[in-house]
Order: sequence, then C-alpha cells, then structure tokens
Amino acid sequence: MKPRFKDVASVRAGLKKEKYLADDGIAGVVYLADRLGKPVLIEGPAGTGKTQLAKSVAEMTGARLIRLQCYEGLDESKALYEWNYKKQLLRIQADKNSDSWSQVHDDIFSDEFLLTRPLLEAITSEEPVVLLIDEVDRVEVETEALLLEILSDYQVSIPELGTITAKQIPLVFLTSNNTRELSEALKRRCLYLHVDYPDLEREKEIVVTKVPDISDNLADQIARIVRSIRQLDLKKAPSVSETLDWARTLMLLGIDTIDETEAKETLHILLKYQTDIAKAAKELSVAK
Amino acid sequence: MPVLDLMSGFIVELRNAGLPVSLTENLDAMEAVKVIPIEDRDAFKYALGATLVKNNAHWRVFETIFEVYFSLRGPEYEITQDAQPDDFWREMQDQIDQVRGQGEGKGSGGGMDSLTPEEIAAMLMRALMSGDQAMMRALAKQSVQRFAGMEPGRPVGGTYYLYRTLRNLDLDNMLQKLMDANREMSNQKLSALEERLEKDEFQSRIEQFKQEVESEIRRRLVADRGAEAMAKTLRKPLPEDVEFMHASRDEMQSLKKALYPLTRKLAARLARKRRHGRKGPLDFRNTVRHSLSYGGVPADPKFRYPRPAKPELMVVADISGSVAAFARFTLMFVYAIQNQFSKVRSFVFIDGIDEVTKFFKSTEDIGEAINRVNTEADVVWVDGHSDYGHAFEVFFERHGKDINSKTTVLLLGDARNNYHAAQSWVVKEMRKRARHVYWLNPEPKSYWNTGDSIVGEYGAHTDGVYECRNLRQLESFVSTLA
Repeated sequence: MKPRFKDVASVRAGLKKEKYLADDGIAGVVYLADRLGKPVLIEGPAGTGKTQLAKSVAEMTGARLIRLQCYEGLDESKALYEWNYKKQLLRIQADKNSDSWSQVHDDIFSDEFLLTRPLLEAITSEEPVVLLIDEVDRVEVETEALLLEILSDYQVSIPELGTITAKQIPLVFLTSNNTRELSEALKRRCLYLHVDYPDLEREKEIVVTKVPDISDNLADQIARIVRSIRQLDLKKAPSVSETLDWARTLMLLGIDTIDETEAKETLHILLKYQTDIAKAAKELSVAK
Repeated sequence: MPVLDLMSGFIVELRNAGLPVSLTENLDAMEAVKVIPIEDRDAFKYALGATLVKNNAHWRVFETIFEVYFSLRGPEYEITQDAQPDDFWREMQDQIDQVRGQGEGKGSGGGMDSLTPEEIAAMLMRALMSGDQAMMRALAKQSVQRFAGMEPGRPVGGTYYLYRTLRNLDLDNMLQKLMDANREMSNQKLSALEERLEKDEFQSRIEQFKQEVESEIRRRLVADRGAEAMAKTLRKPLPEDVEFMHASRDEMQSLKKALYPLTRKLAARLARKRRHGRKGPLDFRNTVRHSLSYGGVPADPKFRYPRPAKPELMVVADISGSVAAFARFTLMFVYAIQNQFSKVRSFVFIDGIDEVTKFFKSTEDIGEAINRVNTEADVVWVDGHSDYGHAFEVFFERHGKDINSKTTVLLLGDARNNYHAAQSWVVKEMRKRARHVYWLNPEPKSYWNTGDSIVGEYGAHTDGVYECRNLRQLESFVSTLA
C-alpha cells in the first residue's frame, strides 16, 4: 500500500495548513501510524485537541471522517452492524409462494439486508477514510472486545456472511479522557500518544493561528498567564479551548494589554470551579 | 554497536524498571525503528515511546532510560569542549570580556577554563536574563566540569554531583537576583501581574538549566561507567511504587500528581460496580403495574435490585513525623472518593487526638484542608511522641458511642508506641461495635513487631493489618473497602 506521508516534517506542515499545530511527538506518531498501519490511542486532559487531531488529519489527507462516539451501553448493533429485520420480513412476505425455502434463507442474509454501522462502514468504504473512535474509555471493559478484531486485523466477522476484510487500511484514532484504565489488549494493539497542554511558544502560536487579528503582544501575554495558572494546584486546569475562548473574549472587549482587574473579571472563562477562580485571582494579584 | 543489540538492551532495561513491555510491543518498536532513522533523535524517541510506553505516568522513566541508551552515544556528545562552531565561541568570548570588564584586555585565550566561579555565575545570570539557550547549555557543561568534582570510577550517584554543582552556582538565590535586576532594568514600575509573570518565566528558565546540568552529569557518568551500569543506578521507581516513608520532595510532587487520576479512576470503577451486576428477585407488584400499559401482558419484568448501604468511614491517623506523609496521602485519597462513602470522619493524633472532619467540610480544596490539619489540629498532649494507647483511649471515650454496625474504622500508623502502654482493649471494643476495623501500616512487613512496633498486638483485634507502602497498595486496599 502506498504510504500517505513522505516524512514527519510533511505531516507537520500538512497539519499546519489545516490550522492544527502539531509538536514533534504528535506528527511523529501520525506518520508512524500510517507506516505501520496501526491505530493511534490518544490520551490526555480534556480540551487539548485530541478529537481535533483526527479531524485535521482527515481534512489534510482529503479522507472522509467516520466517527463513533462511545458511551456506556454501546453494543454491537450500534458499533458494527445490524440486520435490517423489517426489510427481511418484507422480503419473506413479498413472494411467499415463488421461492424455495433455501433460496429465501440465503437471500435474507446478504449485503442488501445488512445495516452498516460506523466500524463496518469504515472498512468497507472504497474511498479513503479516517476512523475516529471517540472517548473509548466510556464503554465497559467487555465492550472493548468488540473493537479488537477491527483494530488488529482490519476485519469484521459476521457469522451469517463470513469475514469482511478492509478494502483499504483506514487511519484509526481512538481518544480517551483516562477515566478508567483501558485493557491491555486494546493498548497493545495501538500506538500510544499522550497529548498534554502545549508549552508556552506552541500555545502562543495556537492562539495566533486560531484567533484572527490578535496582536502578538496580547497572545504572548495570554499564553504566559495561562501557563502561570496551570502551575497552580487546581481542580481543573484551563484547557487549550478555554484559552482560545478567553483570547476571543478579550478581543471582543477590545483589550490589548491585560491588567489585573481585567484578568480577574474574565477568569471565569478559563476556570469553571469557584474554588479555582478564587485561588487564581488571589495568586495573580499578589506577587511574591 | 548495532541498533538491534542496543534495542534489546534498552527493552530489557525498561522491563527491569517496571514497565510492562510485551513481545508484540517489542516487535512494533523494531518495525518503527525501520521507518524512522536513528539520527533524528526526537522523532526516534517519540517513535519508541509510542510503541513501548502505554501509560503516561511511565514516560519520565522511559525518557531517562532512553537518554542513557541512545542520546549519549552520538559523536556530538564526546566530552570535549571545542564541539561548538567558531562564531559561537567568539560570541561567548565577547561575553566573557564584558563580564570581566574591558580594562584587562586579555580576555582571549583560555576560554571558559580561566573563569572564576563568580564570573561563571554572572554569565549564567546574563544567559538566564536573556533566555539564551546555547549559552545555558555551554554553561551547564562548564559548571559540571568545574564544580561537580567527578572522579572516574567513584561509586557516587548523580544526585550528589547535582547538589555540588548547584550549590556552587548559588541557584537558590538566583531567582531573587534575577527579579531585582529585572526591576532595575525596566524603567517604569511593573504591575503585580506582570511581576508574577516575569517570575514564572525566570523560574522555568532556571528549571531548564537544572535539567541541562542533570543530563550533563548523566552523560559523563555513562561515559565513565557504561550504559548498563548507569541505567541501574538511575533506575527510579514508578510513581505508584514510591514508598511513602522515604519519598523525596520531587517524588512527593509526582505522587500528588498521580493521586488525582487514580482516585478518579477508582471512583468511576466503584460507581460502575455499584450500578452493574446486581440481580435481584422479581418485583411482582411493580411488574403487574407496568403490565397494564401492555394490555395486561407482563412484557417488562421489574426486579428488586438490592441497594447496599454505603459504608461509614472513620479514619484515625498517626501524623507524627515518620508516618506523616502516609497519613496525608491516605486522607487525601479517602476524601477524593468520599462520595463512595455515606459519611467520612477523620481524626489525627500523636499523643493527643483531635477530630479534623471540619477542615475537610469547610472547603472543597483537599490540599488546603490537609495543610490546616498539619498546622491547626491539636495533637500534642505531653511531649509530642507517638502514644497510640492514650490516643485510642481518648478517642474511644469521646467518640466510641458513634461507632455502630455501619462504621468501618481505619487505623493508620506504624504502631511504634515508644514503649507506652498499648491499651489494645480499645481496639477490641471498637471491633465489637464496628462493621470492620482495619489497620494500615506504611512499614515493610519485615519491620513489623521489631523495636517498639506493636502492630501485632493491635492487629490481633482487627479484621486485618495491611501493608501500605505505596500508592499501588493503598489503591488496592481502598477498592476492596468501598
């Protein structure tokens, strides 16, 4: 199979074109996922662009994004495939007399009566796809097993039809917010990528890229304040998306240098717990 | 050395350090190495990381081992000084001249070797001021060479050298000096916010410099002793294996960081356990009532799910010096998952005992509550040496009546009683009234009942004594509790 990317640098450049600023780790793992034909498991705090990475990669490669949102109680019929019972029933009733039993029997378990769900759709698709399995830590441990076959061999076994193998190997991304330990079996099949809060320069760059017309000075100040806040011992540190919201708010308010009062008044956009807000406000106003 | 040999040594070392690297992951790493050239160190590192390390808590350990095995072998890490390009040297020479003052005029020649320690410190300060990366790296090299006093073959760990180097540079006061210099330089007065930001910036630069020094020391040690021996001395336990009683300050920090995700996971798991997997008998009335909407057909059977009461918890913790860290972590842990219990009350003691539940009730911030426990709780009765007997007696006298069949009592401590009276009848009485009484001991099992430890005497009256030396053991105990 033809590799999608030439080298790590080209992945990085491509993602940048889609306004996603990858660091070395992210670009390297995406490149490796393509070369080794392995899924990528992305973990990290909420709001650091895990889902966005999959979307950006899809846009970059011009592939269709197929998304499976995981939740508690997800099962085979929602993730893999389901037989279209109503249509099967109609088929049986439509010509009761003409066909022999064996013909009908073979007939109603064919492609025509199969409803594809995201996972099956991803591997049967003719055009290139990126499969995103979002928040995989929300399903139960037992349900994880559903994913194993598709992740390691890119195939789905349907008892009535046989095994369906992928026409092309899709790029697969799994995201997890780390609310529970994923099973060893799942982790073993994936490349692991931990996306953390970006460092100062990258965060500033992200702000500049994502918020149009922002001045360099303001972006710098925002990134520095956010870094300081993240160093505090908080319940929930501000995420990248919250940084961006904050930057947009400051733009709307027409502020170009942040001073203490403005910072304090807009803190609730960065932080979502009252105790955190109080703590940050106290820390920012008292320089030690 | 061929890459393959290097890789297998590397993976063995990862396993020795406690990382669960499976055979498939090993093979994946080999595949990855084929497509990523070893010359591109960063990409190479991330490629190995993605295939071998599947838990972010293990990343630090991985990084250290990687550095020992791979980063240090390239030609650019030869321990000579003239590896830098010429113009860099010239620039540095200029800086040296500036530091010395123009008067002497004999700055050239000798390079950095001729500098006095004060001059190096001054140069470091300039580099930190301007955030000059190349300069910082060169200074890190130089100061290790000058101050660490490393001798070949000397069996001393890296931390000793680190300490010696940093002490000579007076890094502790560097932050203050930088702030002062910065204040002088900028003409107008900085606002409090700006000052704070500047401080954080300098702090991170100093941190970066420290890391440079550390990796320089490591580099030299590897050159001296070889990678395998070095990896062994550098081996650090994973955060969940760090012993509470012997944790350094850095390890405490990483423990604290590891604690929160762990409790979150545990809470999710316990909540799930509570909801699932409970089958009860058919609820006949409910089923019939619901059958009405199906025309009298009991299509939707209802069951009577058992709803077991959540346990009530009483934590009684020794917070004297030796076991303070353990008590702190256990309290943090318990309060982080407190909604898994119907009620949590906590008591701390040394030789006197005090209830500290109110500190945790008044704030949502567990860290702050713990601080208040340490500073405000009234735990000294006579001399401030652990007296389990007296503490238990007073506890029972005041709160014994609150112990009932729903209560689980957790006793935390090493049971080193300083040869006071044991009063173990109190524990026996507690057990009669409580649902369970458990004892958690942060000492290794082999130390129990040696010296003044009388954990056996108390333990005989409890439902079990558990060794709780690290986060892993603490977690596994708590998950059986709720």
